[in-house]
Amino acid sequence: MATIVQRPKLNLLERSYFPAILGGLWITIKHFIKMLFGQTKVTMQYPEQKWDSAMPEWYRGAPTLVKDEHNRERCVACQLCEFICPPRAITIKPGELPGDNRWSKVEKYPEKFDIDMIRCIYCGLCEEVCPEQAIFLRKDYSITGLTRSEMVHDKEKLYELGGVMHGLVHKWNEKK
Amino acid sequence: MPSLDLFLQPEIFLVWTAALKTFVILGVVLTMVAYSVWAERKVSAFIQDRIGPNRVGWAGLIQPVADGVKLLLKENFVPGGVNKFFFSIAPSLAMIPAILVLAVLPFGSSLFGVPMVIANLDIGVLWVFAVSSLGVYGIVLAGWASNSKYPFLGGIRSSSQMISYELSLGLSVVPVFMITGTLNLGEIVQYQVDHGWMVFPAWFQSGGGLLEITTDNGGMFGLDLGQSLLWIPMMISFVIFMIAMFAETNRVPFDLPEAEQELVGGYHTEYSSMRFALFFLGEYAAMIAGAGVIVTLFLGGWSLPFVPDGSQGWFWGLVNIGTFFAKVAAIIFFFLWVRWTLPRFRFDQLMKLGWYVFFEVALLNIFLTAGILAYLQS
Repeated sequence: MATIVQRPKLNLLERSYFPAILGGLWITIKHFIKMLFGQTKVTMQYPEQKWDSAMPEWYRGAPTLVKDEHNRERCVACQLCEFICPPRAITIKPGELPGDNRWSKVEKYPEKFDIDMIRCIYCGLCEEVCPEQAIFLRKDYSITGLTRSEMVHDKEKLYELGGVMHGLVHKWNEKK
Repeated sequence: MPSLDLFLQPEIFLVWTAALKTFVILGVVLTMVAYSVWAERKVSAFIQDRIGPNRVGWAGLIQPVADGVKLLLKENFVPGGVNKFFFSIAPSLAMIPAILVLAVLPFGSSLFGVPMVIANLDIGVLWVFAVSSLGVYGIVLAGWASNSKYPFLGGIRSSSQMISYELSLGLSVVPVFMITGTLNLGEIVQYQVDHGWMVFPAWFQSGGGLLEITTDNGGMFGLDLGQSLLWIPMMISFVIFMIAMFAETNRVPFDLPEAEQELVGGYHTEYSSMRFALFFLGEYAAMIAGAGVIVTLFLGGWSLPFVPDGSQGWFWGLVNIGTFFAKVAAIIFFFLWVRWTLPRFRFDQLMKLGWYVFFEVALLNIFLTAGILAYLQS
């Protein structure tokens, strides 16, 4: 059934626009004055102010590789992250650890470990799938570069971003 | 050897002081134009709870320079199919009339005995209306010469809008001349110095009301009666003149010629680089000139109550100049404030308002003023 919406009857004063205009001017000048005296909350001024302090614990930033207290690189080049990565951003070239190394029983290490940050979608699956607690998504979010090659993070860069992480499980350590 | 006396001969003195005043006022006004663009951005930002330009210089104060450089360096593109001659003169036609209006505005009392007005014409107000209505040609020619439908619509809208508002603009100031009895802008300001501002007649220095006659026959008509009676038509004049000035300078809520949501960019859609900048700056120059006319006619020009004029020393002359520009800045702020408050009128509403309301009210206002004057003088 059709409903008929009655138009409101405006009196002469309302039809003259003046009350509405003055009301509008009053609202805008209130906003102006509040802003002038710095009482308005405005957007974060990004390059000067950053998210860093307000970043939540669960934030997923750039994926990085970490070392442990023994300065051992955690990655054993199992390539699980490479296979699970949805946009195929990760490229790993495994290498063999020499026999005289303290960690030779680990057998493999990544000779090359590249993450293409143009492809990375920050999904965190690499961190989830890693059996060695070697790859973590950290809080770096401003990944920029002038060339495509600059945007590919190699092993050195990944360790630089990741650093040393404490409190991980040491399953390769010698039995006490 | 030419001595200093040569420069003080009346004719030569007139020439070089006029030239000096022209350059200074041009410099001041063009700077004001640049900074009113900055103010527009800043005011709009503050009203919308944003910060506005703040990168170039402190609080973005060098932003106008950056904008100017950008516009100068852009490609001056001329689309195919335009009428080249009219296409290239249209931007100048939009800018020049706005600047010409400044010639007759008294922007100060006097400095070292030199009157602070570039051309002290006895037909000052007629000059203002004649020249400022030429500004429409720039817009119409731009719309027509662009050979594109949106600019064309903008140009047509502009011409019909200007024609309908020019009438109420001209009629609304007639009561001012009926009271002051002169068309010379300098004398109108002097009248307001002696008798109080047109919109605030409560302030006066030499003890008269808005009308000379009330002082002459003393007690017959109380001072307050003459003032308060004439204050009514003056306020009507002021409101109509102000609103018609909004339409004349194509400001919101009457910015139908450019109406960016409907007409892309309106009459300057096809323009780029410095030609576009001329339109843009011309709009602001027209705004400043319009604000100057409003201040001169209704807000007492350079005068402030209880502040002497330039004949009392150069310091007061400078104060008067400062007062004038401060008042102009206040009116410009009002223009900006209104722009970021009101939505645009629909075209038929605009025409209706101009022809059915303002034209009639302005006409009746003349008769009202005449009646009051006749009553007071009888």
